[in-house]
Amino acid sequence: MSVPGPNDITRHVLPNELTLLIRENRTSPSVVVTGVLRVGAYDESPDQAGLADFTAEMLMRGTENRSFDRIYEELESVGASLGISGGTHGTGFGGKSLGEDLPLMLDVLSDFLRHPTFPPDEVEKVRGEILADLADRAHDTRRMANLTFYELAYPDGHPYAISSSGYPETISGIERDDLLAFYRGGYSPEGMILVVVGAVETEEVVAQVEDAFGDWDGMTFAREPLPEAPPITDVRERRVSIPDKTQSDVVLGYPGPPRTHPRYLDTRLCNTILGVFGLMGRLGEKVRDEQGLAYSSYSHLSGGPGPGPWRIVAGVNPANVERAVESIRAEVRRICEEPVQEDELSDSQAFLTGSMPLHLETNSGVAGTILSMERYDLGLDYLQRYKDLIDEITPERVQAAAERWLDPDAYALAIAGPPEDE
Amino acid sequence: MTTSNHSNGRFVQTELSNGLSVLVQEAHAAPVASFWIWYRVGSRNEHLGTTGISHWVEHMLFKGTPAFPKGTAEKAIAREGGAFNGATSYDFTTFFATLPTDRVDLSLQIEADRMANAVFDPEEVEAERTVIISERQGAENSPEFLLNEELMGAALRVHPYRNPTVGHMCDLETITRAQLYEHYQTYYAPNNALAVAAGDFDADAMVGLIEEHFGGIDGGDGVPPVTAVEPPQRGERRVVVRREGFVPYLKVAFRAPTVRESDFFAMTVLNAILTGASAMTFRGGGLTNKSSRLYKALVAAELAVGVSGMLLPTVDPFLYSISAMVRPEHSPAEVEEVVEVELARVATDAVTQEEVDKAIKQAQAQFAYSSESVTGHALWLGFSEIFADHTWAESYLDTLAAVTAEDVRRVAETYLERSSRTVGWYVPTDNEQMSNDK
Repeated sequence: MSVPGPNDITRHVLPNELTLLIRENRTSPSVVVTGVLRVGAYDESPDQAGLADFTAEMLMRGTENRSFDRIYEELESVGASLGISGGTHGTGFGGKSLGEDLPLMLDVLSDFLRHPTFPPDEVEKVRGEILADLADRAHDTRRMANLTFYELAYPDGHPYAISSSGYPETISGIERDDLLAFYRGGYSPEGMILVVVGAVETEEVVAQVEDAFGDWDGMTFAREPLPEAPPITDVRERRVSIPDKTQSDVVLGYPGPPRTHPRYLDTRLCNTILGVFGLMGRLGEKVRDEQGLAYSSYSHLSGGPGPGPWRIVAGVNPANVERAVESIRAEVRRICEEPVQEDELSDSQAFLTGSMPLHLETNSGVAGTILSMERYDLGLDYLQRYKDLIDEITPERVQAAAERWLDPDAYALAIAGPPEDE
Repeated sequence: MTTSNHSNGRFVQTELSNGLSVLVQEAHAAPVASFWIWYRVGSRNEHLGTTGISHWVEHMLFKGTPAFPKGTAEKAIAREGGAFNGATSYDFTTFFATLPTDRVDLSLQIEADRMANAVFDPEEVEAERTVIISERQGAENSPEFLLNEELMGAALRVHPYRNPTVGHMCDLETITRAQLYEHYQTYYAPNNALAVAAGDFDADAMVGLIEEHFGGIDGGDGVPPVTAVEPPQRGERRVVVRREGFVPYLKVAFRAPTVRESDFFAMTVLNAILTGASAMTFRGGGLTNKSSRLYKALVAAELAVGVSGMLLPTVDPFLYSISAMVRPEHSPAEVEEVVEVELARVATDAVTQEEVDKAIKQAQAQFAYSSESVTGHALWLGFSEIFADHTWAESYLDTLAAVTAEDVRRVAETYLERSSRTVGWYVPTDNEQMSNDK
């Protein structure tokens, strides 16, 4: 098996600016489709938070050619799945089927992206489902800790400080006309990426995609530059009390680097050492293992189109919250103040480069990687250069990444769990 | 030893002289290999006082041996770019690693070592006690966990499947190092284990490698039989959990056939028709279920936010369950009523051949998805050997394809009976409408 690269990925840009990438893989009879549209919560106003996600959720609820029932009957009857959901910068879609059913998937995808009808009764159904989910969120410690973290870590009014799922009051206020207007203003092939990987014939896929999307045109919303997400210079802590819970969820973190940052991989390697390698890196070793404070403790780097967060996450007994936070801060301090050991560095480098064959074993793994290569302009030869890019990183560069983005004394900290007096 | 040729490579099944069962499948699509050790031990083998002990032992097998002190095994695997983990369920405990093929011997070395030489350092036992209690407390934050735990306890009176795999809190607080070590010595031995490998290797060479690493381990004294037999259920049972929250849940469980009974396949088709094609193993997600009968009756009808079904393969008879997240403005009682109507409809009017064909095609597609990775290959081999034998997985699609609409009607009538069901409600106390109902 060769690493996916320019020699076996076909990249084809349609005149309407849709970028199509295809890689054949005949080791199993299945195919994966994934991609993104350049429309999202970025393009909604704060008083309509959740509009982009609500709009995406409506697309599969009925089209000019298919009812909601028919869309899912057609897909599920052949064991295919297809879905779409709104994010902040983009709206992602994805699905899988047997290779023989790719034409059906592309036809359904094109149908709901281009010809949705927003049936009024389905608008109310979806609204009810979103409101029920938001009611559930209010009682979920993990989700509330994350929601609160974003509010603390980003300035007021920044798109990242606002939930892309919305809030009960904003979702209740969105009208069908708002959904239609958002759809008409933002959904277009401009900047759309579509990736197909699996048991397919490249030439046939190009023809099918041109057929399904070639005569779609239009533009997406014009975007103002994203507001700054300045580094945090103080301690911003907030607790959310949810009675009757037995565990507290802790999120401590910072605005992080975009995936396009020239030193992004330094940060990724630093994060691997801090909270991924082995069983969750240094955090797993100290917070979970040595102190037995938590079932889970790890770190996560978002690495999206903007300054998405670098978060440390732990689930702990409510009585241990302070100790866990101190233990997390001590690890942040250590990685900022001391260069990592050479062997620790080479272990994590070996992990990042050596795990590539595993990651590329499935169609969805390959498709996700190709999507990133295109979306973040990494180049189709990225995987071929990847090992060198990782291996050239030094302890100094890891420490510089930690110092640039982390701070043991200034951070956003959100804790959701039972009230302190329980 | 039996060998055969599959489309993707040779398959070998054998047993070492110490009783270790060995299943090896070649798969040459990518330069990777997956190695799994399965122990026939889980909550099925546990009793009140030591519930959760298998899961805790699984954790302790990550806490070091003289050759691989704590932390070194996972680091050695990660250094090779491998994936490494363990899982405990009702009938089994399993450990696996997937690695570039030329380094797979590392995982054999680690598994053979911790099969015999795990230390169970008393300090590590205590540190892990708090980790596992924390794991349980995290689960208790979820209404679905709480409802499921109550429902299992009510639906099964005798069989240990009624206990949660993580264990009851009183047991997690009191299990001793000596009990853990005895459990380890009893169950984690070659004669109670299964070694499974799938990947880009020569099957005979892999069998040789397994022999080399595991052949010298003492076979074990044998494990105590599980004698528990769940008595018949003579009437409906009901449980109510009242706790914080805003969203109600409903869960209904029925007695189900085991995987070795032919009715299991008709039940699989029935479940797909009612709630959609769910994932077939404990890894990997299912498909959407928006064209299923209960989705239409509950979610499209705006009574529920979501609905799912579970038919878990198990060694001893277990349950088939249907779960729904109820819309806050509705009650579990309303959803229960509609579920009952839909189940009766299947049992009396039967299903259509189109619905049966659809369920079969869904299973074929899911098989194709799971065969993309060697991890998926090895998982399926081991998983089916635990409950039946590996030929069960090979013939799965053919057996499923033989199910008729009448089979589905018959199993609905036989198993989805009101008198053998257990109904659970989660009633959220912050939802005034729900509270006022009472």
